[in-house]
Amino acid sequence: METIQPIAGENEQHPDVALVARVRDGDVSAYDTLVRKYERQIFRIAQHITQNREDAEDVMQDAFLKAYEKLDQFQGNSKFYTWLVRIAVNESLMRLRKRRTGKMVSIDEDVETEEGSVPRDLADWAPDPEQNYTQSELAEILRKTIQGLPQGFRIVFVLRDVEGLSTEETADTLGLSIPAVKSRLLRARLQLRERLSRYFRRKKGGEK
Amino acid sequence: MTCSEFLALLDDLIDDSVNTETRTELERHLHGCEHCEVTFNTTRKTIEIYRSHEIYELPTSLRERLHAAIMARCKKGC
Repeated sequence: METIQPIAGENEQHPDVALVARVRDGDVSAYDTLVRKYERQIFRIAQHITQNREDAEDVMQDAFLKAYEKLDQFQGNSKFYTWLVRIAVNESLMRLRKRRTGKMVSIDEDVETEEGSVPRDLADWAPDPEQNYTQSELAEILRKTIQGLPQGFRIVFVLRDVEGLSTEETADTLGLSIPAVKSRLLRARLQLRERLSRYFRRKKGGEK
Repeated sequence: MTCSEFLALLDDLIDDSVNTETRTELERHLHGCEHCEVTFNTTRKTIEIYRSHEIYELPTSLRERLHAAIMARCKKGC
Protein backbone atom coordinates (compact mmCIF):
# COMPACT_ATOMS: atom_id res chain seq x y z
CA MET A 1 0.00 0.00 0.00
CA GLU A 2 1.24 3.48 -0.79
CA THR A 3 2.32 5.71 2.04
CA ILE A 4 -0.56 7.69 3.45
CA GLN A 5 -0.09 11.41 2.87
CA PRO A 6 -2.08 13.94 4.85
CA ILE A 7 -4.15 16.12 2.59
CA ALA A 8 -5.61 18.53 5.07
CA GLY A 9 -3.23 20.70 6.99
CA GLU A 10 -3.24 23.82 9.08
CA ASN A 11 -3.03 27.08 7.23
CA GLU A 12 0.30 28.77 7.45
CA GLN A 13 0.38 32.08 9.26
CA HIS A 14 -0.69 34.87 6.94
CA PRO A 15 1.21 38.14 7.09
CA ASP A 16 -2.02 40.17 7.19
CA VAL A 17 -1.37 41.81 10.53
CA ALA A 18 0.76 44.59 8.99
CA LEU A 19 -1.80 45.20 6.22
CA VAL A 20 -4.64 45.47 8.74
CA ALA A 21 -2.58 47.95 10.80
CA ARG A 22 -1.99 50.09 7.69
CA VAL A 23 -5.71 50.11 6.86
CA ARG A 24 -6.46 51.23 10.42
CA ASP A 25 -4.00 54.09 9.89
CA GLY A 26 -6.05 55.19 6.89
CA ASP A 27 -4.12 53.51 4.07
CA VAL A 28 -6.91 52.32 1.72
CA SER A 29 -4.40 50.76 -0.69
CA ALA A 30 -3.53 48.18 1.99
CA TYR A 31 -7.20 47.17 2.01
CA ASP A 32 -7.07 46.88 -1.77
CA THR A 33 -4.33 44.26 -1.27
CA LEU A 34 -6.41 42.34 1.27
CA VAL A 35 -9.50 42.38 -0.97
CA ARG A 36 -7.47 41.08 -3.94
CA LYS A 37 -6.00 38.35 -1.80
CA TYR A 38 -9.30 36.95 -0.59
CA GLU A 39 -12.04 37.97 -3.05
CA ARG A 40 -12.03 34.66 -4.93
CA GLN A 41 -12.37 32.60 -1.75
CA ILE A 42 -15.13 34.81 -0.36
CA PHE A 43 -17.05 34.64 -3.63
CA ARG A 44 -16.70 30.84 -3.68
CA ILE A 45 -17.90 30.42 -0.09
CA ALA A 46 -20.88 32.74 -0.75
CA GLN A 47 -21.75 30.81 -3.89
CA HIS A 48 -21.54 27.48 -2.05
CA ILE A 49 -23.95 28.70 0.63
CA THR A 50 -26.41 30.76 -1.40
CA GLN A 51 -26.14 28.61 -4.56
CA ASN A 52 -26.98 31.72 -6.51
CA ARG A 53 -24.65 33.83 -8.60
CA GLU A 54 -26.22 37.25 -7.97
CA ASP A 55 -26.45 36.60 -4.24
CA ALA A 56 -22.80 35.58 -4.16
CA GLU A 57 -21.82 38.84 -5.89
CA ASP A 58 -23.80 40.86 -3.35
CA VAL A 59 -22.46 38.89 -0.41
CA MET A 60 -18.89 39.35 -1.59
CA GLN A 61 -19.29 43.13 -1.77
CA ASP A 62 -21.21 43.40 1.49
CA ALA A 63 -18.74 41.20 3.37
CA PHE A 64 -15.73 43.29 2.34
CA LEU A 65 -17.55 46.55 3.07
CA LYS A 66 -18.71 45.32 6.45
CA ALA A 67 -15.20 44.09 7.31
CA TYR A 68 -13.82 47.51 6.37
CA GLU A 69 -16.37 49.31 8.53
CA LYS A 70 -15.83 46.98 11.47
CA LEU A 71 -12.07 46.67 11.25
CA ASP A 72 -11.69 48.40 14.62
CA GLN A 73 -13.59 45.49 16.17
CA PHE A 74 -11.17 42.94 14.74
CA GLN A 75 -9.28 41.71 17.78
CA GLY A 76 -6.38 40.05 16.09
CA ASN A 77 -6.72 36.91 18.19
CA SER A 78 -8.02 35.12 15.10
CA LYS A 79 -6.66 35.47 11.57
CA PHE A 80 -8.06 38.28 9.44
CA TYR A 81 -9.12 35.66 6.88
CA THR A 82 -11.19 33.57 9.30
CA TRP A 83 -12.77 36.75 10.69
CA LEU A 84 -13.67 37.76 7.14
CA VAL A 85 -15.05 34.27 6.40
CA ARG A 86 -17.29 34.52 9.46
CA ILE A 87 -18.72 37.79 8.14
CA ALA A 88 -19.24 36.25 4.69
CA VAL A 89 -20.99 33.15 6.12
CA ASN A 90 -23.36 35.35 8.14
CA GLU A 91 -24.07 37.59 5.15
CA SER A 92 -24.77 34.50 3.01
CA LEU A 93 -27.19 33.03 5.55
CA MET A 94 -28.96 36.39 5.84
CA ARG A 95 -29.29 36.54 2.08
CA LEU A 96 -30.80 33.04 2.05
CA ARG A 97 -33.30 34.02 4.73
CA LYS A 98 -34.40 36.99 2.65
CA ARG A 99 -34.84 34.79 -0.39
CA ARG A 100 -36.83 32.17 1.46
CA THR A 101 -39.00 34.50 3.53
CA GLY A 102 -40.69 32.77 6.39
CA LYS A 103 -38.48 29.70 6.11
CA MET A 104 -35.88 29.10 8.77
CA VAL A 105 -32.39 28.96 7.39
CA SER A 106 -29.59 27.83 9.61
CA ILE A 107 -26.54 25.70 9.46
CA ASP A 108 -28.38 23.16 11.58
CA GLU A 109 -30.83 22.49 8.80
CA ASP A 110 -31.26 18.85 7.76
CA VAL A 111 -28.32 17.46 9.68
CA GLU A 112 -30.38 14.77 11.36
CA THR A 113 -30.23 12.53 8.31
CA GLU A 114 -28.53 9.17 8.61
CA GLU A 115 -27.76 9.10 4.91
CA GLY A 116 -24.18 8.33 4.08
CA SER A 117 -23.11 7.57 7.62
CA VAL A 118 -22.29 4.02 6.57
CA PRO A 119 -20.58 3.43 3.21
CA ARG A 120 -22.84 1.38 0.93
CA ASP A 121 -21.25 1.72 -2.49
CA LEU A 122 -18.08 -0.26 -2.09
CA ALA A 123 -17.04 -0.45 -5.73
CA ASP A 124 -13.55 0.85 -6.37
CA TRP A 125 -13.08 3.88 -8.60
CA ALA A 126 -11.30 3.97 -11.91
CA PRO A 127 -7.74 5.24 -11.69
CA ASP A 128 -7.86 9.04 -12.25
CA PRO A 129 -11.65 8.87 -12.71
CA GLU A 130 -11.89 12.58 -13.55
CA GLN A 131 -10.06 11.88 -16.81
CA ASN A 132 -13.24 10.30 -18.19
CA TYR A 133 -14.98 13.69 -18.24
CA THR A 134 -14.31 17.06 -19.82
CA GLN A 135 -13.55 19.95 -17.47
CA SER A 136 -17.06 21.34 -17.81
CA GLU A 137 -18.71 17.93 -17.34
CA LEU A 138 -16.63 17.36 -14.25
CA ALA A 139 -17.43 20.81 -12.83
CA GLU A 140 -21.13 20.09 -13.38
CA ILE A 141 -20.87 16.72 -11.61
CA LEU A 142 -19.02 18.27 -8.67
CA ARG A 143 -21.50 21.17 -8.42
CA LYS A 144 -24.55 18.94 -8.60
CA THR A 145 -23.12 16.53 -6.05
CA ILE A 146 -22.15 19.10 -3.44
CA GLN A 147 -25.40 21.02 -3.90
CA GLY A 148 -27.26 17.88 -2.83
CA LEU A 149 -25.62 17.86 0.60
CA PRO A 150 -27.56 19.24 3.57
CA GLN A 151 -26.55 22.87 4.16
CA GLY A 152 -24.97 22.15 7.55
CA PHE A 153 -22.69 19.50 6.06
CA ARG A 154 -21.87 21.49 2.95
CA ILE A 155 -20.61 24.55 4.83
CA VAL A 156 -18.37 22.46 7.07
CA PHE A 157 -16.91 20.55 4.10
CA VAL A 158 -16.30 23.74 2.11
CA LEU A 159 -14.59 25.61 4.94
CA ARG A 160 -12.58 22.68 6.22
CA ASP A 161 -11.66 20.73 3.09
CA VAL A 162 -11.95 23.18 0.20
CA GLU A 163 -10.84 26.42 1.84
CA GLY A 164 -8.40 24.75 4.23
CA LEU A 165 -9.56 26.16 7.58
CA SER A 166 -8.59 24.07 10.60
CA THR A 167 -11.24 22.19 12.60
CA GLU A 168 -10.94 24.82 15.36
CA GLU A 169 -11.29 27.73 12.91
CA THR A 170 -14.29 26.08 11.25
CA ALA A 171 -15.94 25.56 14.65
CA ASP A 172 -15.21 29.14 15.64
CA THR A 173 -16.46 30.56 12.34
CA LEU A 174 -19.76 28.64 12.46
CA GLY A 175 -20.33 28.80 16.21
CA LEU A 176 -20.24 24.99 16.45
CA SER A 177 -18.44 22.72 18.88
CA ILE A 178 -15.36 20.84 17.66
CA PRO A 179 -17.11 17.42 17.96
CA ALA A 180 -20.03 18.81 15.90
CA VAL A 181 -17.63 19.95 13.16
CA LYS A 182 -15.86 16.59 13.16
CA SER A 183 -19.07 14.61 12.97
CA ARG A 184 -20.45 16.76 10.12
CA LEU A 185 -17.17 16.60 8.25
CA LEU A 186 -17.10 12.79 8.31
CA ARG A 187 -20.72 12.59 7.16
CA ALA A 188 -20.14 15.17 4.44
CA ARG A 189 -17.07 13.38 3.13
CA LEU A 190 -18.83 10.00 3.13
CA GLN A 191 -21.96 11.34 1.46
CA LEU A 192 -19.97 13.07 -1.28
CA ARG A 193 -17.91 9.93 -1.81
CA GLU A 194 -21.05 7.84 -2.08
CA ARG A 195 -22.64 10.20 -4.60
CA LEU A 196 -19.50 10.57 -6.69
CA SER A 197 -19.16 6.78 -6.89
CA ARG A 198 -22.01 6.82 -9.36
CA TYR A 199 -19.77 8.66 -11.83
CA PHE A 200 -16.31 7.47 -10.90
CA ARG A 201 -16.67 3.76 -10.20
CA ARG A 202 -14.54 1.41 -12.23
CA LYS A 203 -16.56 0.23 -15.21
CA LYS A 204 -16.73 -3.42 -16.16
CA GLY A 205 -14.76 -4.55 -19.24
CA GLY A 206 -15.89 -3.02 -22.54
CA GLU A 207 -17.49 0.07 -21.06
CA LYS A 208 -15.89 3.49 -21.23
CA MET B 1 -10.16 -3.69 14.74
CA THR B 2 -13.67 -3.80 13.27
CA CYS B 3 -14.86 -1.85 10.22
CA SER B 4 -16.96 0.46 12.46
CA GLU B 5 -13.93 1.21 14.59
CA PHE B 6 -11.96 1.93 11.43
CA LEU B 7 -14.69 4.23 10.11
CA ALA B 8 -14.78 6.18 13.37
CA LEU B 9 -11.11 7.03 12.86
CA LEU B 10 -11.24 7.49 9.08
CA ASP B 11 -11.11 11.29 9.22
CA ASP B 12 -8.23 11.31 11.66
CA LEU B 13 -6.31 8.98 9.36
CA ILE B 14 -7.05 11.14 6.30
CA ASP B 15 -6.07 14.29 8.21
CA ASP B 16 -2.97 12.62 9.62
CA SER B 17 -3.95 13.27 13.21
CA VAL B 18 -3.44 9.80 14.69
CA ASN B 19 -0.54 8.60 16.80
CA THR B 20 1.88 5.98 15.50
CA GLU B 21 0.28 3.14 17.43
CA THR B 22 -3.23 3.86 16.13
CA ARG B 23 -1.89 4.41 12.62
CA THR B 24 -0.27 0.96 12.68
CA GLU B 25 -3.57 -0.62 13.76
CA LEU B 26 -5.50 1.27 11.08
CA GLU B 27 -3.02 0.27 8.38
CA ARG B 28 -3.17 -3.34 9.50
CA HIS B 29 -6.95 -3.27 9.17
CA LEU B 30 -6.65 -1.67 5.71
CA HIS B 31 -4.37 -4.42 4.46
CA GLY B 32 -6.90 -7.09 5.34
CA CYS B 33 -10.15 -5.31 4.46
CA GLU B 34 -10.88 -4.48 0.86
CA HIS B 35 -14.06 -2.53 1.68
CA CYS B 36 -12.34 -0.19 4.08
CA GLU B 37 -9.44 0.25 1.70
CA VAL B 38 -11.86 1.33 -1.05
CA THR B 39 -13.70 3.63 1.36
CA PHE B 40 -10.44 5.19 2.52
CA ASN B 41 -8.96 5.68 -0.97
CA THR B 42 -12.14 7.02 -2.56
CA THR B 43 -12.88 9.38 0.35
CA ARG B 44 -9.37 10.78 0.08
CA LYS B 45 -9.84 11.14 -3.67
CA THR B 46 -13.18 12.92 -3.12
CA ILE B 47 -11.45 15.60 -1.06
CA GLU B 48 -8.58 15.92 -3.53
CA ILE B 49 -10.98 16.39 -6.45
CA TYR B 50 -12.95 19.12 -4.67
CA ARG B 51 -9.74 20.84 -3.67
CA SER B 52 -8.17 20.86 -7.07
CA HIS B 53 -11.15 21.86 -9.22
CA GLU B 54 -12.62 25.31 -9.24
CA ILE B 55 -16.36 24.74 -9.53
CA TYR B 56 -17.46 28.34 -9.04
CA GLU B 57 -15.22 30.50 -11.14
CA LEU B 58 -15.09 34.22 -10.78
CA PRO B 59 -14.40 35.53 -14.30
CA THR B 60 -11.77 38.28 -14.46
CA SER B 61 -14.15 40.92 -15.80
CA LEU B 62 -16.67 40.32 -13.03
CA ARG B 63 -13.90 40.18 -10.46
CA GLU B 64 -12.55 43.54 -11.59
CA ARG B 65 -16.01 45.10 -11.57
CA LEU B 66 -16.79 43.88 -8.05
CA HIS B 67 -13.34 44.84 -6.84
CA ALA B 68 -13.69 48.37 -8.21
CA ALA B 69 -17.14 48.74 -6.62
CA ILE B 70 -15.84 47.64 -3.21
CA MET B 71 -12.85 49.96 -3.32
CA ALA B 72 -14.86 52.94 -4.56
CA ARG B 73 -17.17 52.63 -1.57
CA CYS B 74 -14.31 52.10 0.88
CA LYS B 75 -12.62 55.28 -0.38
CA LYS B 76 -15.84 57.16 0.27
CA GLY B 77 -15.79 55.78 3.82
CA CYS B 78 -18.39 53.09 2.93
